[in-house]
Amino acid sequence: MTALFARRRMSRDRYDRREVLTAYLFLSPWIIGFLVFTVGAMVFSLVVSFSRYNIAVGIFRPAGLANYAALAADPKVPLALANTLYFAVLAVPLEIAFALLLAMLLNRVGPGSGFFRTVFYLPKMTPAVATASVFLLLLNGNQGAINKGLALLGIQGPQWLIDPDWIKPSIVLMTLWGVSGTMVILLAALRNVPVELHEAAALDGAGAVRRFFYVTLPMISGAVFFNVIVLTIAALQIFDQAYLLFYRDQGQAAPDASLFYAVYLFQQAFRQFDFGFASAMTWLIFVIILLIALVQVKVGNRLVYYENSDSSEERA
Amino acid sequence: MTAEVAGASAAAVSVVRVRRAGPRRPSRGVGRALRWVALIALTLLFLYPLAWLVAASLKPRGEVFDNALWPKTFRPQNYVEVWDQLPLLSWVANSLYIAVLAAVLVALTSSLVAFGFAFFRFPGRNVLFGLVLTTMMLPGAVTLVPQYLIWNQLGLVGTSVPLWGANLFGSAFYIFLQRQFYLGLPRELFDAARMDGLGPFGLFRRIAMPLSIPSFVIVLLFEFQASWNNLQASLIYLNGGSASGYTVPLGIASAMSKYSPTNGGHGDYQYVMVAALLVTLPMLVLFAFGQRYFVEGIATQARKG
Repeated sequence: MTALFARRRMSRDRYDRREVLTAYLFLSPWIIGFLVFTVGAMVFSLVVSFSRYNIAVGIFRPAGLANYAALAADPKVPLALANTLYFAVLAVPLEIAFALLLAMLLNRVGPGSGFFRTVFYLPKMTPAVATASVFLLLLNGNQGAINKGLALLGIQGPQWLIDPDWIKPSIVLMTLWGVSGTMVILLAALRNVPVELHEAAALDGAGAVRRFFYVTLPMISGAVFFNVIVLTIAALQIFDQAYLLFYRDQGQAAPDASLFYAVYLFQQAFRQFDFGFASAMTWLIFVIILLIALVQVKVGNRLVYYENSDSSEERA
Repeated sequence: MTAEVAGASAAAVSVVRVRRAGPRRPSRGVGRALRWVALIALTLLFLYPLAWLVAASLKPRGEVFDNALWPKTFRPQNYVEVWDQLPLLSWVANSLYIAVLAAVLVALTSSLVAFGFAFFRFPGRNVLFGLVLTTMMLPGAVTLVPQYLIWNQLGLVGTSVPLWGANLFGSAFYIFLQRQFYLGLPRELFDAARMDGLGPFGLFRRIAMPLSIPSFVIVLLFEFQASWNNLQASLIYLNGGSASGYTVPLGIASAMSKYSPTNGGHGDYQYVMVAALLVTLPMLVLFAFGQRYFVEGIATQARKG
């Protein structure tokens, strides 16, 4: 965190006035953006959450706790929260496990790994609309390729997009197809595990499984932990896939099991134009995500192994 | 990562560095065969949806869903007719305009801010940089409605400005990325240039910018992709206007509905497939040329403070 030059020109606690002014000039875009689009926007939405604010009808007046009371009374809010949490609990571990499997395969391949890495990365480059329009048909319960494939193995596939129990696994499947971002980070971490540690463990008689749990996993725990946090925050905001599959048409009768928090928030704000309610929803999910992230950091700091304590840069 | 590894092992024996950086040696026997089988199976699984998309885009109406990877009836006319069926050209033009503007703006402003953090000494630097890192983790769902309220107050909802306007103010992850890069530049260069009388802005433009082209490209590619794929913002700010004002994701989403029989369509999904494929191609080209930048950029994410 040291500046490039300033150190040797002046004593520790005196600043050059012109340098300070120039610095803030360079920083000014971010400072303005932060004040307006982050702090300003959040404060404004806090005010709105205590108001009746409906753009369609043109109303903006104080409403006390009415929006929060409506939030507590609305059965769709706990439904959306439960759907979202269930999805996150299902998706995140599977994404980590699958990405780790891909990364470990790539790590052991040697020459040719570049080709496979490219193949695994392609879905990440595919726009969500393209992915959704393909998976909408692949996941079709009667004619879809996935169930046709399962039938070849003698398995009767579910009605992926209709059966409430299979809606979240369907979206998880789409997410797994695009898991390569996580894979790239884990692969970089795997390549940093010293070979000597594996050799020493092997000499001591540890098999592949024990080496994985006692050498590999601790050594990459920092990267895994980072991905868990990022993927959790992403899963809690799941929107695109659910919207494209179930909420594209306003007349579409979407199954309850597909009502995720971000989707309901979107409906309240941009279909009902009830921004008071939507702002209250915003603050609720903000607090929930913050709490979940804090718990993860607390737990993570106990489980993660940091190679050298001075490399605070590597702490997620 | 490379710099850190090199630094950490500078004191160690050079053999350690070489073996640490490279992939593990492939082992022999059954395990190796199993790995290759798994890799090839996974490759087929990963490529299947894309192959399916290519095949479906070449089929006539009734055969789109037949799952044949080799169409029974080839219908390349789909690729001609799609331009009449859907205002695809306008969607691509809109998305291109927004994505280029968004990428260039955010790369420039993030570089400026990053240079401010990397180069100068001023009170509150660590606190402000801490704030940058905090906003990096701020979920988009949290700022979605608040930012809409701002754009609405400014009377810009319904225009494309909200889709790139916030990029005038830099973006936390890119600021972090550029700052890391600047801190890795040799300071002797800056010292020498300063002796030659270059001011702060000159140092930024003449020394820092040209030397940071790799990280600048990472920012451009990431933001272009993010903007090209951004469905939610288009839905919020452009939906309801005329279809020719849509972006690529919003347009294709609307096309998925347009052909659905429940909306009075005839199930001409082959056009959706053509459109989906055509808007994926620019991303694949981008990736073909910039793969190492994408990989480098993603690996940087895991190293943020």
